[in-house]
Amino acid sequence: MIWIENLWKNFENKEVLTGLELYIPRGETLVIMGQSGCGKSVLLKMITGLMQPDQGQIWIDGEDVTTLTRKALNRTRRKLGMLFQSAALFDSMTVGENVGFMVSQHMKLSKREIDEIVAEKLHLVQLDGTEHLKPAELSGGMRKRVGLARAIACNPEVILYDEPTTGLDPITALEINRLIRDLHEKLQVTSVVVTHDMASAFSVGTRMAMIHQGQVIAHGTPDEIWKIDNPVLQQFIAHENQHQN
Amino acid sequence: MLVWETWSLAFRRPFQLKLLVHQLFLIGVNSISVVLISGLFTGMVLATQGYHQLIQLSAENTLGKFVSVSVVKELGPMVTAFVLAGRIGASITAELGTMKVTEQIDALEVMATNPVKYLVVPRFLACAIMLPILTLFAIVFGIAGGYLAAIILFDMNGLFFLKLAQENLFIDSIVVSLIKASAFGMAIASIGCYKGFTISAAGGAEGVGKSTTGSAVTSLVTILALDAFLNHLLHTVWGLQ
Repeated sequence: MIWIENLWKNFENKEVLTGLELYIPRGETLVIMGQSGCGKSVLLKMITGLMQPDQGQIWIDGEDVTTLTRKALNRTRRKLGMLFQSAALFDSMTVGENVGFMVSQHMKLSKREIDEIVAEKLHLVQLDGTEHLKPAELSGGMRKRVGLARAIACNPEVILYDEPTTGLDPITALEINRLIRDLHEKLQVTSVVVTHDMASAFSVGTRMAMIHQGQVIAHGTPDEIWKIDNPVLQQFIAHENQHQN
Repeated sequence: MLVWETWSLAFRRPFQLKLLVHQLFLIGVNSISVVLISGLFTGMVLATQGYHQLIQLSAENTLGKFVSVSVVKELGPMVTAFVLAGRIGASITAELGTMKVTEQIDALEVMATNPVKYLVVPRFLACAIMLPILTLFAIVFGIAGGYLAAIILFDMNGLFFLKLAQENLFIDSIVVSLIKASAFGMAIASIGCYKGFTISAAGGAEGVGKSTTGSAVTSLVTILALDAFLNHLLHTVWGLQ
């Protein structure tokens, strides 16, 4: 589904990604872990075409997004949905308008049909009847759920999550984790979750990858990750677990 | 680059008419009162200053001509542009800058929507259309302000003032004024959008504040420079009055 090949990125002489290689099979939920500043969010931005790598390719369904024209890139982007770290809801719109934005922009549907899609997606994230609210009236957890409803509005094949539980209390974080698992089961999508929340990572991931010094140093199922004898990985997991406890 | 992309997208489908109407309303309706008051007082100040200068030349009777020519050719479009640079240009930068630092512009792109088409084009067109309309209002109220000052402060004959004001209004002058106003509108929107789009996401609230101030200052300087350039182009090169 997504194949990342020899990816390099520099920021003002700081090497963030140094030949990163990663394969994300269709239907999997891959959790990408790593320390702050290791390039996890940069990788998501490159997958969505928001940022260009210095070198390397990112293949989504056989198309290299690093070389696509804007028009072709937008066609590929319609297969993607993204939940931003801050949810990135449009302040000037209501919840309903936020969720229905992509549908109204790219699908020729009547207002009634769009409203039905909005209600269905809000039901999936358990926010029925909130269409008329403004983002400013929502709690942090609700904002993330609206962001998620917006991300799945056009039935994407891939959902990207940038730190989905950061800044949330433990109960709300558990709810978001459950939602990610539910959506994965119900929609059968491929998911990429960037996080350094270990509880979230082991809760939602069907595969996990650890980035360190610009490369993937460990990759496997959650069970395999526990068993990999890599001091950096084990130290990271232990430290994050300790921090959360 | 932003202006070029804006021009190329402005006339390409799909047209965002709903957004354009919304911006026309925001820029026009919400600015009209400030423009009218500014125009009125500008006309009054002009008449007061002009009268004291003209009286030394025994030409105080030509005050109507002095006010109308000054307001139509320069002060109408300039005052409107200055008001909108502070009010609309800064607000565009603050709005787009906040969208940038809160990843809303990234969200637009990920949702396969061109941010320039969706955010910049409606603001650019609305400013280009609304500035000339607001300028017409500023001109009418500027002449009205001069008229009020002339009859109240200097006890002049109101009809004579208006007759001279009207006799010296030429279509050419009004066209030049509206062309300049439209150009000022494009400049204000372009600068406002550019400053908003180029805020670093790491800049936060401080970055938005700095860019908003920068937007207003850059717009004011650009309006003055553009005025000098357009005056030369329209009057000297094209021969308009």
